[in-house]
Amino acid sequence: MTLSVAKPQALFATGRSEVIAFLVMTAVFVVAPMFAYPVFLMKVLCFALFACAFNLLIGYVGLLSFGHALFFGWASYVSAHVAKVWGLSPELAILAGTATAAVLGIVVGALAIRRQGIYFAMITLALAQMMYFFAVQAPFTYGEDGIQAVPRGRLFGIIDLSNQTNMYVTVLVIFLVCFLLIYRIINSPFGEVLKAIRENEPRAISLGYQVDRYKLMAFVLSATFAGVAGATKALVFQLASLTDVDWPMSGEVVLMTLVGGLGTVFGPAAGAFFMVTLENYLTTIGQWVFVVQGVIFVVCVMVFRRGIVGEIAHLTRVKL
Amino acid sequence: MFQIFGIPSQALFGQLLLGLINGSFYALLSLGLAVIFGMLNVINFTHGAQYMLGAFTAFFLLQYLGLGYWWAIVIAPIVVGIIGMIIERLFLKRLQNLDHLYGLLLTFGLALIIEGVFRNFFGSSGLPYAVPPSLQGGTNLGFMFLPNYRAWVVIFSLAVCLATWFLIERTKLGAYLRAATENPTLVRAFGINVPRLITVTYGVGVGLAALAGVMAAPIYNVSPQMGANLIIVVFAVVVIGGMGSIMGAIVTGFGLGLIEGLTKVFFPQAANTAIFVIMAIVLLVRPAGLFGRRI
Repeated sequence: MTLSVAKPQALFATGRSEVIAFLVMTAVFVVAPMFAYPVFLMKVLCFALFACAFNLLIGYVGLLSFGHALFFGWASYVSAHVAKVWGLSPELAILAGTATAAVLGIVVGALAIRRQGIYFAMITLALAQMMYFFAVQAPFTYGEDGIQAVPRGRLFGIIDLSNQTNMYVTVLVIFLVCFLLIYRIINSPFGEVLKAIRENEPRAISLGYQVDRYKLMAFVLSATFAGVAGATKALVFQLASLTDVDWPMSGEVVLMTLVGGLGTVFGPAAGAFFMVTLENYLTTIGQWVFVVQGVIFVVCVMVFRRGIVGEIAHLTRVKL
Repeated sequence: MFQIFGIPSQALFGQLLLGLINGSFYALLSLGLAVIFGMLNVINFTHGAQYMLGAFTAFFLLQYLGLGYWWAIVIAPIVVGIIGMIIERLFLKRLQNLDHLYGLLLTFGLALIIEGVFRNFFGSSGLPYAVPPSLQGGTNLGFMFLPNYRAWVVIFSLAVCLATWFLIERTKLGAYLRAATENPTLVRAFGINVPRLITVTYGVGVGLAALAGVMAAPIYNVSPQMGANLIIVVFAVVVIGGMGSIMGAIVTGFGLGLIEGLTKVFFPQAANTAIFVIMAIVLLVRPAGLFGRRI
C-alpha cells in the first residue's frame, strides 16, 4: 500500500504559493482592462480556460488529446445557433454549448480510451477531423462564412452583454469559477487517482481502480470545460466558424499548454496569455504565424519542456 | 458502356481505381509510419509534410534542373530521406528517453514549419506536374478506360510495399530491425550499431512518404497542404490496421482506399468521413485493430 491515494492533509489544505498566484492572476485580469482592449483580454480568458481544460487531461491523466478543437468548436456552433436562431438568453446558449461538448466528450472519450498511448492522440485527431467534415457539410454552420452576428443578448434577462464591461466581467467570472472547479477536481480524491493512473497505470489497475471509468470521467470533464470556453467565445466574438473546429486549433491549445507548463495549475493560463499576445502582434505577417508556432513547438520540446510556469516553479521551488 | 446498380461502369470503376490509388498512398504512408514507430516509438507527424516535400522535390527537379519524372522517383526519396535522417540526428535522437508524446509534439511542430514555409512561397493553389510522356494515354478495357499512369501508380506502389515487406520479414537486415524493435539493448550487445539502424530506418520510412508524394504529383498537383489532410486519414488507417504487422498495414491501406472509392460512388456526402466512421466501428468491435497486438 505504498501508493496511498488518500492524503487528507493535501486534499483540503491549499498551498500558500497557489493562493498567492491565484490572487495575482485575478488582480491582473481585474486591472488589465485599463491597459488593454477588453476583446483581446476576453480572447485570452477563453483560450486560458480552453487550455486549462486540456491540461486537466494531459497534465493529470497523461492523455494527449489532439482533437480538443472538436469540443471547443462544436460548443461554439451550438451556442451561436441557440443565441441567434432560437433567440435564447446567453446563459442558456452557453449551457447548450457546454452540454453538447459533454455529450460529444462521452462518445469520443469512450472510443478513444479503448486504445492507449500514442493511439489515443491519433484517434482523437481522427474523430475531430470527422466532426470537422460534418461541420463543413451541415447547413446550420453556414460553411466557410460561419455563424455571424451572434447577438450577445441579456444575461439572465437583465444584464446587457453588448456593453463591453459587462461582457468582460461575465467572461472573467466564468473563467475564475471554472478555474477553481478544475483546481478542486485535480486536488480531490478523484484527482489523486487520475495522477496515480498517469504515473503507473498497471499499478492503479492492480489496486482495484476501474481505470477506464476514471479516464472517461476525466475526458468528459475536460471536454465540458473546453465546451464552456468555446460557447463563451462564440458570444464574445459573436462568431462561430470553421477555424474553431479545425485541427490547427487543436494544435494551438496543445502549444499554449506546453508553453505555459504541462501539469501545472497556472501554466495553461500563462501559456494562453503568451500565445494570444504573440499572435496579436503577429497578425501582420499572415501565414508565417504557423511557422512561428512550429518553431515555438520545437524550442519548447527540445529545451523548455517545463514551460514558463513550470520553470518558475522549479527555480523558486514552490508549487504552482 | 453498361450500368451496375444504376451507376455507369466508367464512373464506378473510375472511382474504384482512384480508390486503389489513394489506397496505395495510404499503404505507403502507413507502412512508413509503422516502421518508424516500431524503431523510434515516435508517431511521425511530419510524415504528411515529407510526402509534400517529395512532390515538391519532383517539381523543383523538373523546373530548375530539367530532370523528369523518372529521375525524380529515384532522387526525391533519397533527398527527403537524407533530410529526414538529419532531423532524426538533430532532434528525435535527443528525445529518445523521454515520454513518446514529446516526439509527437516535435514532429507536429516541424510539420507546421515546413508546411508554413511552403505555403508562404507557393500559396495554397496547386502547381501542375505533367504525367511523364512514356505513361501518357491509356488502354480501353471494354468496361472502362484505364489511364496508363494510374495503372502504373497502383502496380508500382504494390511492388514497393511488397519489397518493403520482404526486406523486413525475410532478410537479415530485416531480422536485425525486428530484433532491435523488440529489445534494442540486447541487439546492441551483439555488436550491431542500433543508433545508426534507427537513423536509417527513419530515413527509409520518410523516403517511402516522399516516393508516394512523387507518384501523387501528376494526379493531385503539387501543393503545400497536400499532406496535411492526408496524414490525418493515414492516422485513422493506422488505428484501424494496428501497427503490429507490415502486411496488415498494406492490406488495410489498399482496402480502405477501395471502400472510400465505393463510398464516393454510392454515398458521396460521406466520402470524407467514411474512413473515420470505419475507425470508430473497429474501435468498438476490435479495439486492438484488425492486425494489431494489444499494446
